[in-house]
Amino acid sequence: MTQPKVLILRAPGTNCDLETAYAFEQAGGVAERVHINQLLESPSLLGEFQILAFPGGFSYGDDIAAGKILALEIGHRLADLLHTFKDQNKLILGICNGFQILIKSGLLLNDLADGRPAATLTWNDHGRYEDRWVHLRHNESRSFFLKGVEKLYLPIAHAEGKFVPTSQDVLQELNANRQIALRYGAPDSEKEEELGWEPVVTFPENPNGSIGDISAISDETGRVLGMMPHPERHIFPYHHPSWTRRTQQPKHGDGFILFQNAINYFQ
Amino acid sequence: MTLWQIEIVPAKGYVDRKGLEIDQEAKELGLSTIGTPQTASGYLVQGDLSEETVTALAKNLFSDQVVEQFSVNKVTTEGKLGNGQIRLYVLPLPGVTDAVAESALKTAKRLGYDIETIRTFSRYLFEGARQNEAEILAEKLLANGSIEQTIWGNFPFTEIQPSSPYVLQKREIELLEATDEEMVAISKEWQLSLSLVEMKTIQAHYRSLSRQPTDIELETIAQTWSEHCSHKTLAGKIEYHDENGVRHYENMLKETIFAATNRLRKQWGKNDWCVSVFKDNAGIVRFDEENNISFKVETHNRPSALEPYGGANTGIGGVLRDTMGTGLGARPICSTDVFCFADPHTEAKELPPGTLHPKRIMKGVVSGVRDYGNRMGIPTVNGAVYFDKRYVGNPLVFCGNVGILPREKSFKEAMPGDYIVAIGGKTGRDGIHGATFSSAELTSESDTLSGGAVQIGNAITEKMVLDVLLAARDKNLYSAVTDCGAGGFSSAIGEMGEEIGAEVWLDKAPLKYEGLSYTEIWISEAQERMVFSVPPENWPAFKKLCQAESVEACWIGLFKPTGNLELKYGDEQVGILSMDFMHNGRPPIVRKATYSPTEVTPFPLEKVASEATQDRLENSLLKILSSLNVASKESIIRQYDHEVQSGSFIKPLVGLKNDGPGNASVICPVLGSRRGVVVSCGMNPYYGDHDTYHMTTSSIDEAIRNCVAVGADPAKIALLDNFCWGHTDRPETLGSLVRAAIACQEAALAFETPFISGKDSLHNEFSYNDPQGQRQTISIPATLLISAMGQIADASRALTMDLKEEGNALYLVGLTKNEWAGSHFGLVNDLTAGEVPKVDFVVAKETFTKLHQAIDKRLLRACHDLSEGGFAVAAAEMAFSGQLGLELNLDNVLLKRELQTLPAKQQNLIALFAESNTRFLCEVTPENRATFEETLSGIPVAHVGTVTQTDTLEVTSTREGSKKIVLRNADLKEAWQRPLRS
Repeated sequence: MTQPKVLILRAPGTNCDLETAYAFEQAGGVAERVHINQLLESPSLLGEFQILAFPGGFSYGDDIAAGKILALEIGHRLADLLHTFKDQNKLILGICNGFQILIKSGLLLNDLADGRPAATLTWNDHGRYEDRWVHLRHNESRSFFLKGVEKLYLPIAHAEGKFVPTSQDVLQELNANRQIALRYGAPDSEKEEELGWEPVVTFPENPNGSIGDISAISDETGRVLGMMPHPERHIFPYHHPSWTRRTQQPKHGDGFILFQNAINYFQ
Repeated sequence: MTLWQIEIVPAKGYVDRKGLEIDQEAKELGLSTIGTPQTASGYLVQGDLSEETVTALAKNLFSDQVVEQFSVNKVTTEGKLGNGQIRLYVLPLPGVTDAVAESALKTAKRLGYDIETIRTFSRYLFEGARQNEAEILAEKLLANGSIEQTIWGNFPFTEIQPSSPYVLQKREIELLEATDEEMVAISKEWQLSLSLVEMKTIQAHYRSLSRQPTDIELETIAQTWSEHCSHKTLAGKIEYHDENGVRHYENMLKETIFAATNRLRKQWGKNDWCVSVFKDNAGIVRFDEENNISFKVETHNRPSALEPYGGANTGIGGVLRDTMGTGLGARPICSTDVFCFADPHTEAKELPPGTLHPKRIMKGVVSGVRDYGNRMGIPTVNGAVYFDKRYVGNPLVFCGNVGILPREKSFKEAMPGDYIVAIGGKTGRDGIHGATFSSAELTSESDTLSGGAVQIGNAITEKMVLDVLLAARDKNLYSAVTDCGAGGFSSAIGEMGEEIGAEVWLDKAPLKYEGLSYTEIWISEAQERMVFSVPPENWPAFKKLCQAESVEACWIGLFKPTGNLELKYGDEQVGILSMDFMHNGRPPIVRKATYSPTEVTPFPLEKVASEATQDRLENSLLKILSSLNVASKESIIRQYDHEVQSGSFIKPLVGLKNDGPGNASVICPVLGSRRGVVVSCGMNPYYGDHDTYHMTTSSIDEAIRNCVAVGADPAKIALLDNFCWGHTDRPETLGSLVRAAIACQEAALAFETPFISGKDSLHNEFSYNDPQGQRQTISIPATLLISAMGQIADASRALTMDLKEEGNALYLVGLTKNEWAGSHFGLVNDLTAGEVPKVDFVVAKETFTKLHQAIDKRLLRACHDLSEGGFAVAAAEMAFSGQLGLELNLDNVLLKRELQTLPAKQQNLIALFAESNTRFLCEVTPENRATFEETLSGIPVAHVGTVTQTDTLEVTSTREGSKKIVLRNADLKEAWQRPLRS
């Protein structure tokens, strides 16, 4: 079987491209880092790839707002191309800044009837950048990246990661469509908490004040996923912040399964 | 042409967080009428634009339609305000980097909008505030005059004027006939920071040429000879007097610190693992079969004192460029940051005039480092913050960076005929005279004199440069590279062409705006620029590579084998200097340095011990945990991305809840390999108040201890020195520095830990007039930062400091002595007496080696070094980080032989809080105890207690028959976390 090809899209300020490429390669893919200028110059390039990843970083410095400029550039010049990509049964993953780009470009969620976006990612409640490990819960969303996942322990590292839907209706619809992919949770809670506008867990468990404790969103097909936590930062067992407390190490870190699921989707 | 004003505020139902913060901070400043202002972020947009177009821009580009709302108006000078309203606009001063405006302009143009210019601003609308209070708030909190302007009410303009073009005007300076007084005046007027002797040397040189110097020539000499660029004091002649007599140094650094490294390299022969030391932008050592690693730590003190955010921002930007300009270019893999501030809780009225509040400095510095490092994608993995009131006018900001580079890319050489190519940021008036400014003393007027020396960085420009630099390096497109740091093009090209000669076309340099003179272009310290030496045949490929990633590359000159530096603007030659005179013409400075030992006041052990009830001991422990130097820095650490690049194996915060104080971080820079780099530091200015020799050896011991405690191999630790001192024109101040350098030399030889790079920052003094009109000067304490870069062959053997499991044994490795001077026990109890901690090199080296063997055999579950606060503090930190208890018996702590006959109470006090060096606490499982003891045989090691499930630190003494400390983890941790919690 041929190995799926992964396009890691980078722009000025992208900075998690190397490790995201590495994670896909460990999972069995062939990853190539491509600059946005190159893709704008030869859009047909995208046709050779099965997976498109928007890695973390500060695209264009996150000037104006996180992910905004690259999102506009994509919306303006590559929207059709990317919608076609999506419709060809291919996968798109946006991590951190990638999630911010996906949500602000309209690739992840369709705009509302009045032209407003369905949701946004904005400043953390405490108004600062924060690097912290969080407990995530998955409850049978439609995302193919999260197949077989119940819990994840991953780090977040962002200033603008608070998920805000435009209305209560949007939130309920996302829930009904099983598009709420990951939610922040308490370390030892076994059951998933009821979904509401107000967060169920508070800082630091919900590190940014996201509505509904939401940390990742799937599109309506399950093939596009945007997430604030960084799965590529927990692919080795030694990435775990307290691995030295364990006497046995697992084979992989928690985040590895997302990359494996993505590759397996094509096999 | 219309100037539009777009303002963005939170949408209904969303809070104005900035407004609430201002309310809070205004109250802290004692301003009672401020309340919660309405804040807005804004853009001034100029172009032939209709209101619809600007509205579309505001909607699509500038605002977030879910959580924000906007307004669009034509800028007017006659807007009305409601009753009792005060409006303040804050804008970057013209010429100050405005990254958001630049990005916005580029994006709007790409989206098809025809816009001429964009600028950002912040707007504050106060209701019912008194004007004088609003003005105080603006000065103290909302705007910094060195980079920003404040506008009250309405904008005073309705159009943004472009700057006018420069008309060439070649300037000569009347030097040949100048008297001594006139030369001093010239040096001052042009901010050259040159001494009279230096001015006279220059005069003699130009007399021999029978012509006057041009302004650009004089500026170039001043940059090259500045303390910042040439380290003329420490690398100069020094006559040093101490208790052993007189020593004459021709080049002090070379004969002490460098000499030790050279001797070690010779001693190691073919096993020498140093690659390039003390000559490139950073020191380089071997790492694995393919790669070397580099390390450099820079200071950025003066700019950070005036504008903390920009100063720290460009400090980290600068050290990252050092890494990028090391060899043929290294890739930055992790950063370190160490700061020294005055107490952030200081009352505003106690501050000397002309200083910023330490809280504001701290907040600005941390954000500056955060915003640049995080954007560049470099994990910040190690750091420290020290507090002392003497840093009030001179905060210290140390920024360090480790890089990795292929072995064969470790050296560079510009070749005659190569093109001089500048890439990255454009040149503006930023940071003119930064190099000479950083070599001068700060005064309360510095902010008005030297505002031009302060800048703001743009990290993304530098990230783009890094991306193309690595690609060009791997394609072998250039023969040399260096960064533009202090002195700008002048230093970069001057250094690269030192052995060849160069011709530079100043009019070719891309400018941020028009109007710069040739001299300004030459000495501007605009950020994010690198200079390359590109063979002509590679220029097309180099240029194409830059273009492909939207990086500006410009061919600005040639390396020519003339031995001269020739500067041209258009066809006009504006300066010509011999490289020889520039680099070797500086008159040697001979300085006198003296050291006389300070008298030791005996520590009142008997008295203090007799009063040491359980209550007092517990209180001392809690107070040390709450002292600012020891207290948790989590609120700072979490603002830094410490995991980007995915190499993080041991993080700065460790333990069950990821909040314990790690000894050092471990990162594995080659993905898939477990070979790790260990970064740590050591510093203790309090010891320096007693003796800078022992301060230095203690700091070196501490840096190595931290490295070894996580698993680094002590046979492969490289060190860096950063000296920050007061006015070294005073012989006793310079003497204390020479004494520290001698300590570096001796410790490096004894430990076989070579220094590979270093930097100094002198004249860190702050002068002001007190209310009585008397001139007062505050000198910083002698501050030496030792940074250590260790290596670990297999990072899966690394260790953390948190206790792991009930029933394990706790060992104390190392001997405890009656050493108190500069200790934290002394600090919290107002005692400055006693002996300063010393290092026994022989025992220390053996301890490091044997402990490493034990760690390598996986015999330990946890290891923590003992530093500020000694045994009690280290034990408490291990306990609360692992959420496990400890039962300790002080009778078992090994004290130096002559102390063993002291009364039990005195022995116990020493055991708990003395700060002797080379000590570790080790957690060992019962089954490994015998092997552990055997491995450490020959060095002092004692079984001092057991890990328990109780969640309590319980310290007893059988010989005294009583409990000494019984404290719950929760209380210990709270004491440690509270002071600097955000």
